Amino acid sequence: MNSTVEQEQRGGINFARLLMSFGPLIFLAALIIVFTVMKPSFIDPINIFNILRQISITGLIALGMTFVILTAGIDLSVGSLLALCGMVAAVVAKGGTANTLSLGTSATQGFGWFAALLAALAVGALAGGIQGLAITRLRVPPFVVTLGGLTIFRGLTLTISNGGPISGFDASMRWFGNGLIGPVPVPAIIFAIAAILCHIVLRYTRYGRAVYAVGGNAEAARLSGLRVDRILISVYVIVGFFAGLAAFVLSARLNSSEAVAGMGYELTVISAVVIGGTSLFGGIGSVGGTVVGAALIGVLQNGLQFNNVSSYTQSIVIGLILILAVAFDRWLKSRVRR
Amino acid sequence: MSLAEALTPATDDVLLAVEGITKQFSGVTALKDVSLDVRRGEILGLLGENGAGKSTLLKILSGVQPPSSGRIVFDGAEFKPSNPDDSKRLGIVTIYQELSLIPTLTVAENIFIGRAPIGPLGLVSWRRMVEATRDIVARVGLSIDPMTVVSALSVAEQQLVEIARALSLKSRLIIMDEPTSALTETEVQRLLSIMAKLRADGVSIMFVTHRLEEASFICDRMTVLRDGRLAGHLDREGGPIELPRIIEKMVGRAASELYARPAQRHIAGDVRLSVRGLRTVRDPEAPHAIVLEGVDLDLKAGEILGVAGLVGSGRTELARAIFGADRIADGTITLDGVAIAPASPADAIALGIGLVPEDRKHQAIFAALGILTNFSVAALGSFSNGLGFMADRRERAALADYRKMLSIRMASPEQAIEGLSGGNQQKVVLARWLARDPKVLIVDEPTRGVDVGAKAEVHQILVQLAARGIAIMMISSELPEVLAVSDRIVTMRRGRITGEMPGVEANEERLMELMALDRRQGKAS
Repeated sequence: MNSTVEQEQRGGINFARLLMSFGPLIFLAALIIVFTVMKPSFIDPINIFNILRQISITGLIALGMTFVILTAGIDLSVGSLLALCGMVAAVVAKGGTANTLSLGTSATQGFGWFAALLAALAVGALAGGIQGLAITRLRVPPFVVTLGGLTIFRGLTLTISNGGPISGFDASMRWFGNGLIGPVPVPAIIFAIAAILCHIVLRYTRYGRAVYAVGGNAEAARLSGLRVDRILISVYVIVGFFAGLAAFVLSARLNSSEAVAGMGYELTVISAVVIGGTSLFGGIGSVGGTVVGAALIGVLQNGLQFNNVSSYTQSIVIGLILILAVAFDRWLKSRVRR
Repeated sequence: MSLAEALTPATDDVLLAVEGITKQFSGVTALKDVSLDVRRGEILGLLGENGAGKSTLLKILSGVQPPSSGRIVFDGAEFKPSNPDDSKRLGIVTIYQELSLIPTLTVAENIFIGRAPIGPLGLVSWRRMVEATRDIVARVGLSIDPMTVVSALSVAEQQLVEIARALSLKSRLIIMDEPTSALTETEVQRLLSIMAKLRADGVSIMFVTHRLEEASFICDRMTVLRDGRLAGHLDREGGPIELPRIIEKMVGRAASELYARPAQRHIAGDVRLSVRGLRTVRDPEAPHAIVLEGVDLDLKAGEILGVAGLVGSGRTELARAIFGADRIADGTITLDGVAIAPASPADAIALGIGLVPEDRKHQAIFAALGILTNFSVAALGSFSNGLGFMADRRERAALADYRKMLSIRMASPEQAIEGLSGGNQQKVVLARWLARDPKVLIVDEPTRGVDVGAKAEVHQILVQLAARGIAIMMISSELPEVLAVSDRIVTMRRGRITGEMPGVEANEERLMELMALDRRQGKAS
């Protein structure tokens, strides 16, 4: 070792990595402490499970979005796609577009929850795949393609539903939104399982390595023999799949699929991923970070509601905290790097 | 106007004196007690391997970082810059490797950025700006339209624009950090002559470079750093400072070891890769890009074939065409007697071909990712099981083996590769291909941006690989490197092979002649 500069970088590396990955977590812990001090009932299990249920919808999409952003891409269409998948799921579940709000278990003539789930997942994955093809084959930037998708999917949803909601699912479907396993809400369990699977895929598989490599340097990835286009298409399929899954859970929870569902979700989802430390330039980030990011937003929304902050003020505070959380993360990293 | 007029009468001909500068970063000493001086109207070479402390010294001089101790005297007064503007105000301008022009603005806007001439209405006077720009760029021998957008200029022209801007700021000391690394031979010659002209005008230049020939040619004196310390000063004594003297100061050992031809050579086997009549497609979007005009080439198992040629000769294009990275218009490639037509790098890699590209940062490494990921990326299939899970232990064991074999100096497999020196990064890239056990390995500029000391190591590695039966094609602009390592050498010019000879019979003059001579195009020109 003849390089002094190199030695310098060696010294800090482990400590740096440790702190970097804990930046958002420290911020989350601080928020929880603040809200608990303000109102001790904040950390009651009931409220905690409430938060978990709240974050599971956008959290699921954020898992998929992590793949996309790791490749230095972006998907703005997820909110609209969620509405489209939810509407398709409703049509399949009810066997039509009739809006019969019914709470009875045998009130529907449709194909049941399983077919509805499969339909939502298939539509999501297919829509993502088409966007991925447009991005790779037509060489249109992801921002533009998915901005187009945002409009197209919303329009499709409105066309299918004729503008109105489709409501009233049977109890077996509603269980996915409102059910409990022990004290834990089903959506939270779905989110947790999905998060663990995504973590395993990104961290321990060949595919995960390829995603990081493509995001880290697409040209180097191509010259290393990776099929870059296929990997790019696949991440949009994944985020679409998760939009479909989230749509199914949301429809089940609300007992209704709304044509206006998921408006603005793309921003919450992207915020969760970015707060979690995933770089918009690709190659850096983790599922764990995204989970923390989603939790941070959920805790914030819930905590403000809990303290009777008006929803107008909430928007302002959440926006500020988002910027602050990322600034804190940056500050921590820059201090560690010195 | 000559800048010499602006200078105070030279009672003391030292413009800048650095006295005992030490710089520590969190306990690590990057510079220790370094002193040097730059005299008025001279070109001082600042040399040293990567990590020798050159960049740290530049940062201190340009006001980016303060020194831990020591002092700087500029024009007779103590100089303590706290930011880059302080340095600029005094007339010290640093031109970095990464150019700092704004590519979407015009030449005139770039030169007058932040100080555009203002007309009577308080608006920018474009007419005056354009006229002034024309004069300013003429000083560096450019005759371009001031309204040209910078991104339309070649790298060399951009560099000259940047120098012109420095001059327009009444610079008295221009610090150039590796200015020639992206230039062709003719552009380098032009830059060197402009440097000589500036020197005659009384401007002082600190020339930081890896390219010893250029430094030797142009520098009046040299200061050499090694491991953050002063290794010594060299003076021009009648003639140019000789290369062996410089190298010895830089590495602390005799130069003869560096480009020594590894003695024991493997005897080349059968023809592995055979290329006939290879032509590439002309890209309508890049009409000036080089295309191959019918290349014939044989590469034998266990040999190192050196490909020499100037920038723009088609060397890199040949490598990319064989590797499936660029489209082929015509011609055949056979590997072990079987015709192949790789349509993508993935195809070529599956056939047993590897490529170490010329631009390591942009084409080879994943800067922010760990060494382990950088190592295994081309062989993910062999480091994972049937279900697609990474075989972590096997992967780490393989990296550990190559770490030992290639003596890669690194902290841990998780360390980001950007923290390694150029030489160690290149070894990781080599290990990436070795893990695939390729039949053919193409290395493009294998020691670019690699320390002088590590160059010899890379050469040794290439020779060892050839001894294992790998057919190696080595592209290089450095003739001493081509001569030292190659068993056989071909020269290229304008997309064609212009000559071939055994390595032992070659010398720089013969190669240069073949690389620069336009035999087949004699009629055309």
